[in-house]
This record gives sequence, structure tokens and C-alpha cells, in this order.
Amino acid sequence: MVLYLISVGLSVTMGLMGFVNLAHGVFAMAGGYVVTSLMSRWGVPFVPALLGAAVAVSLGSVPIERLLYRRLYGGEELDQVLLTMGLVFMSVAGATYVWGPLQQPLQPPTWLSGAVDLGVRSFPAYRSFLILCGAVLVTALWLGIERTRFGARVRASVDNLRMAQSVGIDTSRLFMTTFALGSGLAGLGGGLGADLLAINPSYALQNLAYFLIVVAVGGLGSIRGPFVAALLLGIADSGFKYLLPEFGAFFIYTLTMAILLWRPRGLFGRA
Amino acid sequence: MSTPALETRGLHKSFGALTVANHVDFRLERGARHALIGPNGAGKTTFVELVTGALQPSAGQIHLDGADITDLPQAARVKRGLARTFQITALFRRLSVLENVTLAVCEQQGVGAGLFRPAGHHRAAIEGAHTLLEQLGLEDESVRPVNMLAYGRQRLVEIAVSLALSPKVLLLDEPAAGVPSSESGTIIEVIERLPSDIAVLIIEHDMDLVFRLAQRITVLVQGSILVEGPPEAIAADPEVRRVYLGERYPG
Amino acid sequence: MTPSRAVDAFVRRHRYHPLEALPWLAAVASYFVFPDYLALGAQILATILFALSTDLVLGYAGIVTLGHAAFLGTGAYTAGILAAHGWGEPITGLLAGAVAAALSGFLSGLVVLRTTGLALLMQTLVVATLVAEAANKASFITGGDDGLQGMEVWPICGWFHFDLFGHTSYAYCLVVLFLCWLAARRIVHSPFGRSLTGIRENVRRMHAIGAPVARRRLTIYTISAALAGVSGALIAQTTQFVSLSFLSLERSGTVLIMLIIGGVGRLYGPFIGVPLYMVAQNRFSEIDPVYWYFWIGLLMVLVVVFARGGVLGLFDRFRR
Repeated sequence: MVLYLISVGLSVTMGLMGFVNLAHGVFAMAGGYVVTSLMSRWGVPFVPALLGAAVAVSLGSVPIERLLYRRLYGGEELDQVLLTMGLVFMSVAGATYVWGPLQQPLQPPTWLSGAVDLGVRSFPAYRSFLILCGAVLVTALWLGIERTRFGARVRASVDNLRMAQSVGIDTSRLFMTTFALGSGLAGLGGGLGADLLAINPSYALQNLAYFLIVVAVGGLGSIRGPFVAALLLGIADSGFKYLLPEFGAFFIYTLTMAILLWRPRGLFGRA
Repeated sequence: MSTPALETRGLHKSFGALTVANHVDFRLERGARHALIGPNGAGKTTFVELVTGALQPSAGQIHLDGADITDLPQAARVKRGLARTFQITALFRRLSVLENVTLAVCEQQGVGAGLFRPAGHHRAAIEGAHTLLEQLGLEDESVRPVNMLAYGRQRLVEIAVSLALSPKVLLLDEPAAGVPSSESGTIIEVIERLPSDIAVLIIEHDMDLVFRLAQRITVLVQGSILVEGPPEAIAADPEVRRVYLGERYPG
Repeated sequence: MTPSRAVDAFVRRHRYHPLEALPWLAAVASYFVFPDYLALGAQILATILFALSTDLVLGYAGIVTLGHAAFLGTGAYTAGILAAHGWGEPITGLLAGAVAAALSGFLSGLVVLRTTGLALLMQTLVVATLVAEAANKASFITGGDDGLQGMEVWPICGWFHFDLFGHTSYAYCLVVLFLCWLAARRIVHSPFGRSLTGIRENVRRMHAIGAPVARRRLTIYTISAALAGVSGALIAQTTQFVSLSFLSLERSGTVLIMLIIGGVGRLYGPFIGVPLYMVAQNRFSEIDPVYWYFWIGLLMVLVVVFARGGVLGLFDRFRR
């Protein structure tokens, strides 16, 4: 579910803007670092730290978008891959420099520890909270993007950039906003999930495959897709690990491959 | 009546509630010079895409020289003699003019998949391509990359590439589109000089071009054929005038 | 240009140019000039082959892949497992690696090449991750995290032993690279190879001239996988070790960097990009591994923004 929270931002930037952003994990990592630093060094409580992280990352992503990403919109994938890969590498070094090579632990607030008893089973409170956040997020995003003019404008711009510009849509500001949104979501996800996906300098590299798989299975540009994919993959993962522990993650990748065979553009991908 | 070079029977395509081709029955005779006109959004390019196989029809059949090609993939139709040009120039941008045409010649001659002999050994193919360029007046620019040519010249290369396929049926999708009037004369001349055994269907907005080149005109409106006939009849038809009212009448 | 001159130029394009001997002369000279670095040299040569194989799909056919290391690793593990289980003959090991990699290239290509662009990129990544995970889990064969132990590679043709100083390794890699390069060059200049550039430049047009695009892409993908497998087998045999890092995303990613430095889609890009990268990495990693990451990342960003054609691209601009 953490994967959803982070990956939905990637689905947004990759699908809506058609940009291969392998550095998405960097924004998640940044969010994670901000949250853990705020909480451990300045004793900021969990929820404000999360919001602070989302905002900080969102704002921080803007100069990167303006200076670098902007040049490559509509360009070749290879350029985008290399640029974002370069950013990932720089982030590994940067994070090590500022925070050192060790993992940053997250202390979830007391109201999230322990379990929530729903009568039938008790669920760990932290994970339930994550699922709840995911559900809230998917609804909010879906309403926000599918149903508003903002979303329509973004989709129009992606479909046909020149057309959108000639109709008067300020595509560059639109992309900037979308990118900031996607990155902010990543930051939020990184902070929320810091307990599950450890915050360390190699975060962006280690987890890149996971983010891309969730987006690939869910479908580029889709809001619901990664949600379903993350749920599906999460359940399948637990199921496989329970039934056949020796094979571990292998089946997840096989399942992913099977889904992609059936639907090359993801479950909810746009053709 | 002899077998038409190209025929569609009940060709139909809809996307949900939107019908872009409405049970179209169309005949293109051998050696014809036929124009397909209609207001924007009438479905002209869609028709071309259906015929070439880039788009799958919802219903109907397509016959090329009497043979049913409805289920054939795009590449197979080309091999049978169906060639097209694109409304927005689709060439191999960074390759030279000669290279663009040679690629087409190689595919047409069936040597495109050769792995072991260098392309340079297929001298006949290269010379054939060059001859074609000469016929179209492009030989001076043969070594330049196409994306460096003036747009009008690029449109000519587009025609050259499709001619390199030795087609029996040639679909020209707005050959003069976007070309400044100083350069469109050459394009018109080239089309006029096309071999008479090729059946040519031109999609155009430029009425001068249409009336100059076409022996027969089909008017397409919202996916259906409104009327069909020789140019004089079409020019005089009140229905056609009505459909074009409110449209800028380029000419 | 008069008609015959334009045609002649085209016809003669595949002929050998004297400058093409340069990298080979340099390679042979290095054998004598840098006797202490032959082991590294052998790795560089093998990696040039890997970069060359990747360039065939990336630079020529326009297929952007983040998972080519899967084929390198397949070749490596095949040759390695053979050598660890009693069959250490290097040349047959090499061929076995090539075949195994070609097979996996073919099978994964059937799936992966049905899409283009972003979807394709992600699928190549998924395939590579799948292969890496399989290798990890099959640790009873592959050695898992610890790597493949106990490889024993026999002397080449019964005569040339693999020694610690890399004399045999270097020559072995050089010869194999040369032969594979000849093959790649032939492919690139063939009608098939030219049609790949057509696919890269405008795939719609390619369909419209009757070319079986899907078949061509699958063919080059398979050939490229085979060559990547050869490079993996070379690395395995010359270091007598295979580990999971051979299949890593990092290896797939760094080969892209090496290609972009030298210049993508040119037969000689790898010959410049790979040595530059590997020598630099060799130096910097010793000094400060963390900052290696930073500088290489920065270099990538700068190259993409300013010097997209790589070193060879800069040469071109210079010439004009």
C-alpha cells in the first residue's frame, strides 16, 4: 500500500506527462528524510511532519522541473532515462553526504501502534492507516483529475500539446503543477511508508523496480490502476510468501509478467 | 465493367456511438484519377487508414484488384500493390533522400531482410531509387537528410517513397498540405505525370488541385458518401455547395 | 552530385576505412604498453562487447531497454555453471552462453516487443528483475548472494592457460570482440540493418512500405541478446566468478551511460565510452566511492542536456 502512495505520483507524471521519471523515488526518499528529520530532531508530530514533507518536496521539485525536466518533454525516452538516472545517482551521493549511510528509523506515533480490533480480526493499526490513506487518496485524486477541468486540461495537453497551447492552455505551468503534485505525493508516501520502506541513501535505486512494476501493472496515467495493482500485488505477495516461502518474490514478478502479457499497457492503461 | 483497382463494400467503422465510416461503398477504377473531398472531420483520412490496414473496420470488406484484403495486415497490403502518402510527412527524418527511397525499393524487391550482404551490393536497387529521384527532380538533394529539405521537397520525397513500392493503387493524403504555393506547382506536375496504369486516389482540400487532376470526385460527409461524379457535376451540385458553406473555400 | 557519384557513395559506404583500424591497433598496443592492467583491459573489452550489443537495439533499432543485463547474466551463468560442474572448455562455454542468452532474448522479446516507449521500457525492467530473482532463488545452482563458486576454466585450445596477470584473458577477449564486432558491422550495413534505422526513425512509414516490423525487431533483439550473452560468458570465464550483480539494474543502467558518453547509434561509440567510464570508475572508486556516484550522475545530466551525441557527436560538430 505504501507502494501505491508513492507510485500514484509516478503514474501521474509518467502517464499524464509522458515522461520517464526514474528519479521519482528520489522525491519519496526526500519526503522520508524530511519526516524523520523533523520528528527526531525537532520533535514535530507525525501528521504535521508528513504535511511538511509533502509541501517541501513539492516545492523543491519545481526548480528541478524548470531547469532540467522541462527540456526533455516530448523528447526521446533514452534522454529522459539517462537524465533521471543521473539524478538518482546524485541523490544517493547527496543523501549519504547529508545524512550518512545508515537507515533513518521512523517512530510511528503511539496512536498508530498496536492493533485495531474489527471484531473478525485485528489488524495492525499502522498498516490499516496506510490503507485508509490510500483509499482516501485514490478517491481524492480521481475526483480531482478525472472530474475537474484541471485534469481535463492535463489530459488534453498530453494528447496534443500544440492543440492545447493554441486553445490557450498554459501547458508549461500545467506540467509544472502536475509534476509538483506527483512529487509531493511521492514525498508524502515516502514519509508515510518510512517504516516499511527503509529510508537510506540507496532508497531510490533499491525501490525503483517496485515503483515501476506497480505503475506498469496498474497502467500508465491511471489513478485507480496503481491502487488496484498495489493491492493485488500486496495480497498476492503475502499469499505466496505464506504458501511457498522459499520462492519469495519470484512469483510476484511472474504474476507481473503474466499480467503484462495479457494487458501490455497495464490493467487500466490507456491504449 | 472491369474489376476495379480498389473497392470497398459496406466499409463501416464506429467508436462506440461515433461513426466515422458509414457503410461506405466505393470503387476506384484502374488507372483512375479520383479525388475524395469533404469538410474537415468528414472521415477522409480515416477511410485511408481503413483501406491501408492501419485501422480495423467494424464491418465491411476491402478488395484490391478483385482480391479480398480485409483481413490482411498493413505490410501484406503494401506487398500487393497498395501504397499511401501521409498527410503529415512521415519520412525517415535523419536519413538521406536516397536512403529513404532505397529502403522502400529494398522492401519492394524483397531484399529488406538480408543480413549478410551489405546494402551497397544491391546496386540495382540503389540505382532504381536514384532514377526515381531523377524523375521527380530530386536528384540534386539525394544525399541530404530529409529533415533539412524545404517542406515542399519533403512532400515530393514522400511521393517518391510510395512510388518506389511499384504500387497499383496510390493513395495521396493531402499531397499539397502545408506546402507554400510557390512549391505546390511541382507537386501538381508530378502527380499529373504519374504512370497511367496506377490508380490514384487523392484526398485534398485544395479545389484548384482537385479540379485540375481529378476525372472523378467523391464527396464524403460525416463518414458517408454524399455524392459522386465527374468534376463539372460536383462543381454544380447544390448539396456540395451547402456542405461547404461556412467552410473556408481554399483555392 | 552527379547521379553515379551519389549512388557510388551509397554503394561504397560499407567499405573499410583506414581509421577503423585505430581502435584495434590501440587495443593491441595496450597489451604491450600496459602489462599491469591486462585484467582490467580484458574486462573493458568484454564490456565493449556488451555495450555494442546494447547499441544494436538501442541506437539502431530505437528500443530503449533497462534490462539488457539479463542477457549478459544469462550468458555468464551458463558458462559459469558449465565450468563449475566439470565442463571448463572456454569456447564451447562461450557458445553455450550465447545460445542460452539468445533463447531468453527471443522469448522475452516475444512478450516485451509488443509495445513501445514507456510500456516497453518497464517491461524490460520487469523481465530483468524476474531473471535476477530467479537466479537468486535458484541459489543451489547459481550460488545466490555468494556468487558462483568453483569455476574451473580450461586452457583455450588446450594450450593457453588463464593466468593471474590476464595475458590470455586479454587476448581471448580481444579476439572474441573482434569477431563479434565484424558480425555487428556486417549487420549494421546490411539491408536489414538499414531497415532498423528506418524503424527507429519512423515506424509508421516502415509499416507503410511493407516491412515486417515486429519480425525485424525480434530478430535484432535476439541477436543482441546473444552478443550480450557472449560478453557475459567472457567476463565469467576471465574472472572465474559470477554474481548476481551481473543481472542488476545498475549494470543495465551503466551500459547506457557508457553508450551515451561515446555516442549512441554509432558502431564506435562503445570503443570510446566504455574505456573512459571504466578507467574513470576504477580510479574514482578507490578514492571515494560515494562521490563517484555524484560525479557520474552529474555527468549524465550534463551530457543529456549539452552533449547528447556523446564524444563522437562532438567530433561531428567539430568537423562541420
